Amino acid sequence: MRDVAVVGIGIMKWGELWRKSFRDIFTEAALNALDDAGLDKIDSLIVGCMSGGLFVGQEHVGAILADYIGQKNIPAARVESACASGGLAFRQAYIEVASGMSDIVMAGGVEKMTDVSGDGATYALATAADQDYEVFHGVTFPGLYAMMARAYMKKYKTTRKQLSAVPVKAHKNGSMNPFAQYPFPIKLEDVANGVKVADPLHILDCSPITDGAAAAILTTVDIAKKMKKPYVRITGTGMATDTIALPQRESLTWLKSTELAGKRALKMAGRKITDMDMVEVHDCFSIAEIIVTESLGIFKKGEGAKAAARGVTALDGKIPVNPSGGLKSKGHPVGATGIGQVVEIVKQLRGDAENGRQIKGNPKVGMTQNMGGSGASAVVHILEVA
Amino acid sequence: MFPSRIWREMPQRYRLEAAVCKKCGKRYYPPRLVCAECGGRQFDTYVLPEEGKLLTFTVIRTPASQFSDLAPYAMGIIKFDDGLQMMGQIADCDIDKLKIGQKMRLEFRKIQTDDTHGVLSYAYKFIPKWY
Repeated sequence: MRDVAVVGIGIMKWGELWRKSFRDIFTEAALNALDDAGLDKIDSLIVGCMSGGLFVGQEHVGAILADYIGQKNIPAARVESACASGGLAFRQAYIEVASGMSDIVMAGGVEKMTDVSGDGATYALATAADQDYEVFHGVTFPGLYAMMARAYMKKYKTTRKQLSAVPVKAHKNGSMNPFAQYPFPIKLEDVANGVKVADPLHILDCSPITDGAAAAILTTVDIAKKMKKPYVRITGTGMATDTIALPQRESLTWLKSTELAGKRALKMAGRKITDMDMVEVHDCFSIAEIIVTESLGIFKKGEGAKAAARGVTALDGKIPVNPSGGLKSKGHPVGATGIGQVVEIVKQLRGDAENGRQIKGNPKVGMTQNMGGSGASAVVHILEVA
Repeated sequence: MFPSRIWREMPQRYRLEAAVCKKCGKRYYPPRLVCAECGGRQFDTYVLPEEGKLLTFTVIRTPASQFSDLAPYAMGIIKFDDGLQMMGQIADCDIDKLKIGQKMRLEFRKIQTDDTHGVLSYAYKFIPKWY
């Protein structure tokens, strides 16, 4: 296998983008990535998109996007793993470059979620759960994570304040991210006072509905060196799955797929979790970030919420988690989220993070963790400075 | 929802049929074609007990459209004595008084009415045992 690098990243302002279409938002991010890499041609495109069909009635996403980004006739495919579709696209692009099949591959992610009503988006997102044995009975995505939250909070005696520390930290970081959907700080009491969505989760425990896209250009380290552009190495990739239905899991307070994907990526990179200078994790709900940080081995079981409340995961903490603002503040255009995480880690490793968001001390190793459904899919990547 | 989709789930939803692997004894609800533990492909059918214990729960306040008349409603995961777990709605309850560990009884109830075809679909709901 060949060593693989990221030589270009592209993102755009995420939000409720009424004036922009599905194809336009992806094109904007893709062109930014091409410009960042100084390229006008790619060999292949892999796009993560959870549900073009339900959100905009558009399937056959690979072909339409390859054409609209100005790369007609190249091989192009859409990959799907619910909210982990972006991370999966990055992994498949990595495999394509590492294997020698292609030299320059764009890994993209896109979701246009506001062309349907809130009901419609709730329905589309719920297709990532067990349709016949969870959704049929009336559960929603916040509902699934709420059940995890209830079980976790009872088991570890977690307080409302500890849980609220996660979105408060996310918004603080996101307030410095010019591409974030909600770039403003919030207070602990705002979370507790927000409307309830699925008890014990309130509205500010939940990531929003977002239109957005992101892209990264992957090539070999050898080609990257010749391009004379700043590049970042991909040293580990790991993926794992679990039962799609929450009641069939061994534990409601642990994410086995995240544990396994993390271990696989770390093993490949020859790294330990304690080597990470920062991580971008899938905080689709406040409780998700807490259980993910434990399942990755950053904190011991039951310590994640307490650590967040103590500021360990803050930008200037021992292990910054979601310096971008996370899904909570930056937004969660499901198919694009995994690539958005890569964009942030690459920025941090290049020293390019905007507006005081740059982590001090020249970070050298970072991790992304992207997750689908209530955790049935997880994709983890390790990125390192050249 | 197309009628065949509801009709084919009747054995497990109406009669609570679960499966136990003939080779290793692992139990499944809903039934499957291959055992995830041992690869066995032969199963015996058995009927779930009608009582379980509440492991966790939530109150859904922003549901999908076919459940909007019902909101807010409680949902939870129960565990049977044999170790199987399932998700469902919790009915006939005071949503403020639910507690982890509570005993739940399964009852046959209407779950939803299809928006376009008007087809009614039924299954179980969980009822707190004190009622």
